[in-house]
Amino acid sequence: MSFLAIEHLTKSYGSNQVVQRFDLDVKAGEFVTFLGPSGCGKTTTLRMIAGFETATSGAIRIAGRDVTHLPPNARDVGMVFQNYALFPNMTAAGNVAFGLKVAKKRAADIKARVAEMLDLVKLPGLADRYPYQMSGGQQQRVALARALATSPKLLLLDEPLSALDAKVRVALRDELKALQRDLGITTVFVTHDQEEALSMSDRIVVMSEGRIEQLGTPFEIYNRPRTRFVASFIGTLNIIEAKVVDARAGAIRIGGQDARVGRQVSVADGADCTVALRPEAVSLQDPGDGCNRIGGTIQDVSFLGAVVRIKVGVGQARIMLDRFNSPGLPPPSPGERVTLHFSPDDLVPLDAA
Amino acid sequence: MKRPRFGAWLAFAVGVAYFAIPLIGTVEFSLRIRRGTYSLDAYGNVLSDPAFWNTFGFSASAAVATIVAGTLLVVPTAYWIRLRLPGLRPYVEFITLMPLIIPAIVLVFGYLRLYNSSSWLPMTGAPWSTDVLMVAGYVVLALPYLYRAVDTGMRSIDVRSLTEAAESLGAARSTILFRVIFPNVRTAVLSGAFLTFAIVIGEFTLASLLDRPAFGPYLQLVGANRAYEPSALAFIAFAVTWACMGLIQLFARDPAARSVKV
Ligand SMILES: Nc1ncnc2c1ncn2[C@@H]1O[C@H](COP(=O)(O)OP(=O)(O)OP(=O)(O)O)[C@@H](O)[C@H]1O
Ligand SMILES: [Mg+2]
Repeated sequence: MSFLAIEHLTKSYGSNQVVQRFDLDVKAGEFVTFLGPSGCGKTTTLRMIAGFETATSGAIRIAGRDVTHLPPNARDVGMVFQNYALFPNMTAAGNVAFGLKVAKKRAADIKARVAEMLDLVKLPGLADRYPYQMSGGQQQRVALARALATSPKLLLLDEPLSALDAKVRVALRDELKALQRDLGITTVFVTHDQEEALSMSDRIVVMSEGRIEQLGTPFEIYNRPRTRFVASFIGTLNIIEAKVVDARAGAIRIGGQDARVGRQVSVADGADCTVALRPEAVSLQDPGDGCNRIGGTIQDVSFLGAVVRIKVGVGQARIMLDRFNSPGLPPPSPGERVTLHFSPDDLVPLDAA
Repeated sequence: MKRPRFGAWLAFAVGVAYFAIPLIGTVEFSLRIRRGTYSLDAYGNVLSDPAFWNTFGFSASAAVATIVAGTLLVVPTAYWIRLRLPGLRPYVEFITLMPLIIPAIVLVFGYLRLYNSSSWLPMTGAPWSTDVLMVAGYVVLALPYLYRAVDTGMRSIDVRSLTEAAESLGAARSTILFRVIFPNVRTAVLSGAFLTFAIVIGEFTLASLLDRPAFGPYLQLVGANRAYEPSALAFIAFAVTWACMGLIQLFARDPAARSVKV
């Protein structure tokens, strides 16, 4: 039973289709993130859910109600903006009270609710401050309290942390996630920061050029990227050109050496294919049976502090691997011959395109 | 260092002299109603004339009506253009500048032709409807100042985000306009309002040709028939204008204005 249902949603500006056949089901209480590069249509999709843009075609349902053609003020949706968008003429308390006043709640109830919300976002002392008297992080907390005060069915956040500096961003990110979990409010979050997406979401929608590239849990998206785009957008990754030997058995050749893929390859025998491999999945030590073993020559070693990143040439291909730094083990030097070990399951064949 | 500073001071002195000398002359003349000695008799004569108070009251009421009508016309228009029709902005700006190019006399002749007592809408038929017509004319004359002031005020707030934030909190258009937009452009509206007040108080053409008992025609009447009182009146009119300017400065410094800038 999905709480937010989006069906075949499209949006065009003139002949430019910026959102194409977008389908998504969000369960009640779920935290879903739209992740993608700039201009891929994340904001546009979110604004259609909020009602600020009209869908060119398709349908949006919130809690079973078709809201596709409802104005934003009838959708019962809370929204948090990148630039906070607090009302400059009102105090923090005034901002939080705005939605409650519009809903014609009793004055005593409003007062209690405002105090409760400011407590929730950890700003109980700042009720009488105007937006210009608060820091960015404080303003965004007020904006969050304001959006939640009316108990909306759905919370929408468009890059709410992007305008903040790094420390505040991480702190507020964790608080936001904790708050969302406690309140159990269904949330759609937009970001182009993969770390935010991976750390906060129940599920991630990776978007590119107005389409959904992949939909899955952070674990799936990170470890089993389905397309080359997703693989390269999320984290650092080896993208390796290989040749298929036996598609059904998952046998391929990398730089002239045999390797196995943990599942079927959907490419004909003898054809070229692309596989992805996370640097942290590759090891120089032999972990035991069943793993792929490939010999190569070290080309480059970079010391990054906690990890050492080693680049190894395997025939034409180049494979990066990460090893934890250990004071008793000096990094290898370029030119050394090494054997790379990795599990067949970590070798992920990518769809063409 | 010395020469440019001297030049700047000279320019300043010339500027001050240009404005101050006629004014000082006027004031000095207004004090000479009694032979051989200075006195405030001219001011006494003016202030004790009931026609002064009647016409001044009439014009002040007209100014207030103009400000209310003008604000209710201009704020929603400027808001809507910023929010939904940004493409129309150059055209609206041009239209609001028209009153600076077209003389008031043309406007009033147009009105008289359109709305005379034998026309389809005889606005000049009764005093109250003539007043309505006159205020409408004043709104037109005040447009360049009001629109510019309000539009500048709206530039300093993010009209679009604020509107969307209010909408997502359930607010209807009128609530957004009166609870969010108006308070945030209050300073701008006020400065436009005081300029409007200054314009309407001394306006002559419209009031005279529509034959309304306003302050402008009274100034002219006194000027044509008396010697010293017109100078006193001119100075009083000046003082009123200055008071308006002072009020603009005062309200521009109010705390809401600072919050708008952030
Ligand atoms: N009003 C508009 N008119 C025409 N094109 C638009 C309009 N709004 C957005 N677009 C286009 O739609 C595409 C998607 O924009 P959108 O704002 O949704 O991107 P985004 O994924 O949110 O990017 P970012 O990460 O930079 O915020 C962009 O190519 C943009 O140029
Ligand atoms: Mg965006």
